[in-house]
Amino acid sequence: MLSLLVFLPAVAAALLLLPGVSDRWARWCFVGVTALETALVVAMWVGYESPGSGELAYAQQRPWIPGIGASYHVGLDGLSLPLVAMTCVIFAACAVFALAESSRPRQQAVLFLALMTTCLGLFAAADLVLFFVFFDLSIVGMYLSINGWGHGERRRSALMFFLYTFLGSLALLLGFVGLYVASAPHTFDMVALAADPPLQGSGTTGVAVLGAVLLGLAVKTPTVPFHTWLPPAHTDAPAIGSAVLAGVMLKMGTYGFVRIAMPMFPDAWRDWAPVLIVVGIVSVLWGALVALAQTDLKRMIAYTSVNHMGYILIGLGAAGLLGDGSAATDEARRTAISGAVTQMVSHGLLTGALFLLAGVVWARHQDYGLDRYGGLASKAPQFATLFVLAALGSLGLPGLSGFVAELQIFAGGIATAPVVAVALLGILLMTAVMLRAVQSLLTGPVDGLSSDFTDVRTREWVPVAGLLALSVLIGLAPSFLLDVIEPAAQSVAALVGR
Amino acid sequence: MGADVLAVLPELTLLVGAVVCLLLGSWTPRGRQHRVGVVAALASLAGAGFAVVGLMDGPTSAFSGTIAIDEATGVLRLVITLALLILLVLARGEIAHHPRESEVYVLLLLGADGVLLLGAATDLAVLVVAFLLASIPLYGLVGLSAGKAAPEAALKTYLVGALSGILMMLGASVLFGLIGSTAYSDLDGGLSSAPSAAAVAGVVLLLTGLLFKAGAVPAHFWVPDAVQGSWITSAAFLTTVPKLGAVLAVARLLDYLPSENHWVLLVAGLAAVSMTVGNLAALTQDDVRRLLAWSTISQVGYLLAVAASVTRTDQALPTLMLFVAGYAVTNLACFAVLAAEPDRLRIDQWRGLARRRPVLVASLGVGLLGLVGTPPTAVFVAKLLTITVTWEADLQWLAVLVALNTVLSLAYYLRWLAACLSSPDGAEPRGNDDSSALTAPRTAAAPVAAVCAVAAVVLGVVAGPVLALVG
Repeated sequence: MLSLLVFLPAVAAALLLLPGVSDRWARWCFVGVTALETALVVAMWVGYESPGSGELAYAQQRPWIPGIGASYHVGLDGLSLPLVAMTCVIFAACAVFALAESSRPRQQAVLFLALMTTCLGLFAAADLVLFFVFFDLSIVGMYLSINGWGHGERRRSALMFFLYTFLGSLALLLGFVGLYVASAPHTFDMVALAADPPLQGSGTTGVAVLGAVLLGLAVKTPTVPFHTWLPPAHTDAPAIGSAVLAGVMLKMGTYGFVRIAMPMFPDAWRDWAPVLIVVGIVSVLWGALVALAQTDLKRMIAYTSVNHMGYILIGLGAAGLLGDGSAATDEARRTAISGAVTQMVSHGLLTGALFLLAGVVWARHQDYGLDRYGGLASKAPQFATLFVLAALGSLGLPGLSGFVAELQIFAGGIATAPVVAVALLGILLMTAVMLRAVQSLLTGPVDGLSSDFTDVRTREWVPVAGLLALSVLIGLAPSFLLDVIEPAAQSVAALVGR
Repeated sequence: MGADVLAVLPELTLLVGAVVCLLLGSWTPRGRQHRVGVVAALASLAGAGFAVVGLMDGPTSAFSGTIAIDEATGVLRLVITLALLILLVLARGEIAHHPRESEVYVLLLLGADGVLLLGAATDLAVLVVAFLLASIPLYGLVGLSAGKAAPEAALKTYLVGALSGILMMLGASVLFGLIGSTAYSDLDGGLSSAPSAAAVAGVVLLLTGLLFKAGAVPAHFWVPDAVQGSWITSAAFLTTVPKLGAVLAVARLLDYLPSENHWVLLVAGLAAVSMTVGNLAALTQDDVRRLLAWSTISQVGYLLAVAASVTRTDQALPTLMLFVAGYAVTNLACFAVLAAEPDRLRIDQWRGLARRRPVLVASLGVGLLGLVGTPPTAVFVAKLLTITVTWEADLQWLAVLVALNTVLSLAYYLRWLAACLSSPDGAEPRGNDDSSALTAPRTAAAPVAAVCAVAAVVLGVVAGPVLALVG
């Protein structure tokens, strides 16, 4: 069932490559397949029962390269299921949004369906080699998307994106090989490596190997100071490319932290924890401050991603501080992890929505300048409503998913490391960022490019509204999500505490 | 003796095929020389068949232990004969009706035969003979090419080849003087009691010849000129086939040398220099043929890195053979794309090709990204294993260097690929496009490229069984 979910988009992509498929067909096939995937994942969610610690639901394992202990091993738990579901939803939203794509829609549908397989495969992977395969392929797919459908300096941005993230991926690979060589018997299997961390107690070796893994993941996430590829990539990417890049692909980095770095290097993670918290706090503040200084809507949203990823890092870093080992501390660590995973889902939904809205702006006037628009609230009320909702969610207003996530991160984080409170300033700054954007785009007199700004069309508001509705659902009734995440967060917290 | 002959049946088949082709070519009118090509292809096919039979028979040795017939030899035979088939198809498209058409087929067969012997040799004398058999057809192949730069390329190849050949013979003589035998099996005992300076001199000189065949630093100067100056078929041959046998020969030699650290470090150092120099030089190339040539120099560095680990981990030899197969098919895919668009020499001439020939550009994409080591191609699995085995062989610095070089190489492979994907600018003269369309793209090259690209991916997916074959 899980393999079907992962590979169905790739099969559909291959079929769309057959000669004679019309553009219209391709567009609707893209929508159909992603809708089917979403339905599948909902069915899997309903049938999901939390597996025990170190176990995976819907697991499948087949030998692949037995000589090096690499197998095709996939499965889901409370960390991956929410992200897999979020991936399906975001791709479905993108498919609807892309219904009006006029530039080579068939190729775009093929590319995004293939990309969907790599994203789902990565979250489902339970083998490091398999994880890496999908990690690298997603880079290639996104490169082609930016290069083929972007605008502005797209070739330069695409190349920078590729080189930067590929460098990160190789650091990651080195780390994986380090783990493999240290394991006995040699294996790349994540479940086995998490059950018996090979570099536990190895001192500096473990710290160095984890350093390579962290570098690879930090580039992908991205955190300060490895974030410089992100703004240009986003600015020049097509709207749905940005939504997938920010919504899904950034999570590959943060997911790697909880899935690989924390369970497989418990003691080294604890050594790194203070560094990660500091990097997280700096990312939060730096991302928000730089976002405040942007005049380009899309660049601004890109920097808010740096800010949001910072919260995740803070939560996961705080989980590495054992403190006095009391039950209260363990509870706080679990809460911080749970908050970080919730934030991954929440950020995917909200930033996906924001980037699609930025795509609406671009579609009207090919201009992202915040100061070129004004008074859109009267000109395009539906657009304004959606934008305000997404912006409020992004700054962490109660009632939306961002609040649930950040509340948990700060509740858990401050309890283990009081210094985390500094990052609360980030929320304040984010409020300024979002209100400034709302003010300059939506309020004031109708001027500049706003004068002939048509309101959102059906295929534009439906996907955005869908993403925001989910965010509101999580904000108001988070238990369906937290019930899935919490057992997994509990087991990660226990694994790190070894 | 009969058993010995049976054991080298694939090599013998290629040799007989070459002789038959030579005779047949003399009696065939120029317009119908393609039937010589058919005979050559049949010989390669038969060679591949016998290689499979040999693989199933299990390891043995022939001619008093001078030739090792093990799994590595078997895989090498299979890869080279299949590569030969691909090359013959490319040759058919490129040199049809050339006055020397049949001779090219003969030289391809003979050159490949020499390389097979090179990879299987476990005796200094056989190694030298194999070197000559593998090199002399190469000079001919480069020299026969029609381009203006061919004579210079041939001369350069010949001079570097002759020099390294002489040094290699000198090395073999020194080693013979030290150990009193030409058999590899005597190297271990003989060299441990020999003066170390003489032993190092002998091995280094011997390696020079192998490095020439591998096209590795420091005997690499001929590669870019030869690739640029000769037919694409010849270029594809000389950057693929000899390397495969040469790296296996290096691995075998290292395996038989006394298990001392400095031999491993010597090969590891050569590997490091080769990959780095090849990549750095490729960064600045504008001519796609030179770019590919330098890329092959860097690739041989990765291959040598695996060869360096061969004494320290059991996984290294299977890795080497997988890499050899993956590299061959991926590199041939790139050259087949070149053969399909022979008039596009500079990178900027490839602009906008994706719109006009999407399948060809997809093949090129798989080929170039495959050479980088992007999953799920064969070279990805091979490179992953390379990093693993070098790490296990206590050469962590080499593993890091392989990773760094991979990033470096991405820059130039992507430059070419990005040019193909970009929309044709106003800068490109439209007329140029039309004229290249008129020069009738080689019909067989594009399908060959596609087949190679698919094979590169399939080999990556089924890497497990392939590894098990050697392991």
